[in-house]
Amino acid sequence: MKLQWWKILAIVLLVYTVVAGFLTDVPRLAILHESIRNLYFHVTMWFTMIIIMLVSLIYGIKYLGSRKHEHDVVAEETAKTGVVFGILGLITGSVWAKFTWGAWWVNDAKLNGAAATLLVYFAYLLLRSSIEDPEKRARISAVYSIFAYSMMIVFIMILPRLTVSLHPGNGGNPGFSSYDLDNKMRMVFYPAIIGWTLLALWIAEVRVRIHRLRIKEENN
Amino acid sequence: MKNIFVHLAAHHFRQEWKQRHAFFGMVLYCAATIFIAYLAFRNSIDAVTWNALFWIIMLFASVNALTKSFLSESRGRQLYYYSLVSAPVFYLSKLVYGIILMLILSVISLVVYSGLNGVPTWNFTSYFLSMATGITGLAITLTMISAIASRSGSQTSMMAILGFPVLIPMLVLIIRMSAKAVNGFSIAEFPKDFILLAALIAMAAALSYILFPYIWRE
Repeated sequence: MKLQWWKILAIVLLVYTVVAGFLTDVPRLAILHESIRNLYFHVTMWFTMIIIMLVSLIYGIKYLGSRKHEHDVVAEETAKTGVVFGILGLITGSVWAKFTWGAWWVNDAKLNGAAATLLVYFAYLLLRSSIEDPEKRARISAVYSIFAYSMMIVFIMILPRLTVSLHPGNGGNPGFSSYDLDNKMRMVFYPAIIGWTLLALWIAEVRVRIHRLRIKEENN
Repeated sequence: MKNIFVHLAAHHFRQEWKQRHAFFGMVLYCAATIFIAYLAFRNSIDAVTWNALFWIIMLFASVNALTKSFLSESRGRQLYYYSLVSAPVFYLSKLVYGIILMLILSVISLVVYSGLNGVPTWNFTSYFLSMATGITGLAITLTMISAIASRSGSQTSMMAILGFPVLIPMLVLIIRMSAKAVNGFSIAEFPKDFILLAALIAMAAALSYILFPYIWRE
C-alpha cells in the first residue's frame, strides 16, 4: 500500500523532532538546564490534543447536521486519540515538574485545567458507553462534547492568564519565546507540533478504518 | 408564545408545590449537610475554608435538586409536552424554574450556614451578588446536564459524572470571586472575574439553548 504524502511528512517531521530535539543547542538556563527540551515533547502533546479534540468537536457538529454515522465514528476515535495524547502530556509535564519545581503535581490553574479536560473526556467516553442505541448515542454525546469543549477552552485558554501561575508563559513567568533569542528552538518546536498532530490524525485514521471494517463485518 | 412560556414555568412551580415533600427534602438535605459541617469543623474555620465549604455543599445540593429537572418527568408527560410546545420554549421554562428553585435554596442555605458557622468579616452585598450569579450559572449548566443525563442509561449517577468536570471552570471562578468577597473586597475591585463569569454563564445558556432541541427529540 502506498503511503499518503502527509504520512511521509509525519515520519520525516518526527524523526527531525527527535534528532534535532536532542542534539541541537538550547539556551543554558539555571534550574531548567537540558529540561528545556521538554518543549518539543510536552508542550506539543497539548497542542496536539487541543487540535485533535477540535476535530472531534467539528465532527460532532457535522453529525448533528447530517446524521451520518460515519461522522460519529470519526468524532469518537479522534476523542479517544486525544485522550491518549492528553495522558502523555500529563506524564511528560509531571516528570518535568519533578525536576524543576520539585513536585510531581502543583496546585496551578494550568495543570488543573489539563486535568479537568481529561476528566471531561473520560466522562464523554463513559456517556457513550452508557447509551445502547447508536443513533441516540451519537446525538447525545455530540451535544455533550460541544457543550464541554466550549467550557474547557475558557478554562485552559483564559483562566490561567488571570491567575498567578508557576507554569512558564503565565503570570509573569516567561515562556520559551523570551529565551529563544535566535529562534533556534522555534525551528524545532513548530515542525514538532505539525509532526505530532499528523501522527495523532494517522492513529485516529487507522482506528476509524478498523471501526469501519468491524461494522462491515457485523453487517455481513 | 410568551404566554405559553409563562404558563409552562408556572406549571413547573405548581407541580413542585404539589410535591412539596421533594422541595422540603432538599431544604432538609442542605440543612443536615450544613449541620454536619458545623459539627465537623467545631467553629475553628477561617474565611477561605468557610467559603469553600459553602460552595461544596451548594454544588452537591444543586446536583441533587436539578437532577429532577428532567428525570422526574414520565415518558408520557414528556410526549405530551412535546406535542404542545416547541423545544426552546420548554427548555426556557425549565431553566427559569431551575434558577429560581436554586436561588431560593441557596438563600435558605446561606442563612442556616452563617447562623451555625458564624459570619466572616465579609462584604455582604458583593458576596450575595457573587452567590446569586454563581448559583444562576450552576443552575443553567446543570439543567442542561440533567437533560443529557436523562437520555443516558444510568441516569442518576450520570448527573454527577457528566456535571462535575464541566462545572470545574465555573466553580473555580465562583469560589475565587466569593473568596474575595469574604475577605471584605467589594465587587468593583474584581470586575474582571465578574465579567468572565458572566460571559461563561452567557455562553453556557446560549449553547444549551441551541443544543437542547437535539436532545429532546427521541
